[in-house]
Amino acid sequence: MIEVENVVKSFDGTAVLKGISAQFEKGKTNLIIGQSGSGKTVFLKCLLGLLTIDSGSIKFENKKLKDRTVEERSILRQELGMVFQGSALFDSMTVQENIMFPMQMFTNRSLEEMEERSNQVIKRVNLINANNKMPSEISGGMKKRVAIARAIVMNPKYLFCDEPNSGLDPRTAILIDNLIQEITKEYDITTVINTHDMNSVMEIGEKIIFLENGKKAWEGNQKEIFKTDNKAVTNFVYSSELFKKVKKQYILEIDEEENIEK
Amino acid sequence: MKVLEHIGNYFLMLQKIFGKFTKWSVLKKLIFREIDVLILGSLGIVSFISFFVGGVVSIQTALNMENPFLPRNLIGFATRQSVILEFAPTFISVIIAGKVGSFITSSLGTMRVTEQIDALEVMGINTYNYLIFPKIVALSLYPLVICISMFLGVFGGYIACVYGGFSTSADFIEGIQLDFRPFHVTYAFIKTAFFSFILATIPAYHGYFMKGGALEVGKASTTSFVWTTVVIIIFNYLITQLLLAK
Repeated sequence: MIEVENVVKSFDGTAVLKGISAQFEKGKTNLIIGQSGSGKTVFLKCLLGLLTIDSGSIKFENKKLKDRTVEERSILRQELGMVFQGSALFDSMTVQENIMFPMQMFTNRSLEEMEERSNQVIKRVNLINANNKMPSEISGGMKKRVAIARAIVMNPKYLFCDEPNSGLDPRTAILIDNLIQEITKEYDITTVINTHDMNSVMEIGEKIIFLENGKKAWEGNQKEIFKTDNKAVTNFVYSSELFKKVKKQYILEIDEEENIEK
Repeated sequence: MKVLEHIGNYFLMLQKIFGKFTKWSVLKKLIFREIDVLILGSLGIVSFISFFVGGVVSIQTALNMENPFLPRNLIGFATRQSVILEFAPTFISVIIAGKVGSFITSSLGTMRVTEQIDALEVMGINTYNYLIFPKIVALSLYPLVICISMFLGVFGGYIACVYGGFSTSADFIEGIQLDFRPFHVTYAFIKTAFFSFILATIPAYHGYFMKGGALEVGKASTTSFVWTTVVIIIFNYLITQLLLAK
């Protein structure tokens, strides 16, 4: 679990995060949503330790990030997997080399062992015949799969994804969302996803945090988000004509599901 | 103030480069790759420029010796002195700042833009050591490039002078040997050692700390070339003053 308390972050005197508190639960896909410029990426980078927070605290398994020694931080970093918006694959390496890279850096496994493990995760993310290809030779969807494979190859405890389905067609985007959710359950990890895609919210939003102007404006799940009266959230959710049209139908379906569950 | 901030950040970067070291098995591969790209990849252009500029230096010297009392072996002497003292160590370094320096800045800048450096940092890797240290080690072989440049510069001068009919082979070779001071070669290599460090680290600084997109990568490469050249020229002056002035 990751606990965030009152996190503040400014750039040149301009506050970007204005006291955000949240909990990201283990075994769930936790979504951070909000409009562009709401502070999602900065928040994610603070969670990853790529940016230093001005005040507040970030706890991984009840231990504050800033209280950890250099050695402990180094170990923690090896427990983090990250899928970047643009995939961030190393373009001088093949697909398989990209996936084996964390193992080369942090383990003493033999080449055969690394190849075996990388083939396992390649199979898991459904990458076919891509091992020896360079990142420039594969599609956007495949790049995301390689990035996910690289992120999970070391069996991380935490998986962070920055807009994992941006730039993908709707079908591939859903496949990537579902893959992330399956991996979250399978590895029982804490997954934090940064997105502004409503399809992702509907597909995998087990826990959702809505950011507006650097503040947490709302918190809930994929069912609650369609029923909330929070103006900022409704403006965001129903900004698309499609969602306005399916609103009633979707709420009815949710109510039916809840009644069945009761 | 901005310049002071950059100088401060540059020295902090140097400190971090020699901080936590990357695993040797990985580092070794990176060093060999950088030697291939930065050193071996520069040999062609350095050889070409050295040979022809050496030739031009000897022709220019010959054409400016109008006094018949001046011995023809001066052509070889002047070519050797120009090539060893200045052309090979300093001007080849300025050319390399354009070729290798721009490459280092743009490759690191692109890695920054495409979040590859962030990806390395998330993994807990000392990105300064992983990305910049192999370049410093590879460029420590740069004096070998300058050695080849010196040889080809003088050889180019010989070919142009002898086959251009400006002096005889014996005169040119006598000129090359005339008043030869081995310390001049030592001085050239001392300069080159400093320049190699500058060539690796200043472009790396500009690439590593780049902000923005593709356009800024281009701007960073240009800025990096300008600053690398400025620092090389300043160091050239200081080292010459320290080692040769009496």
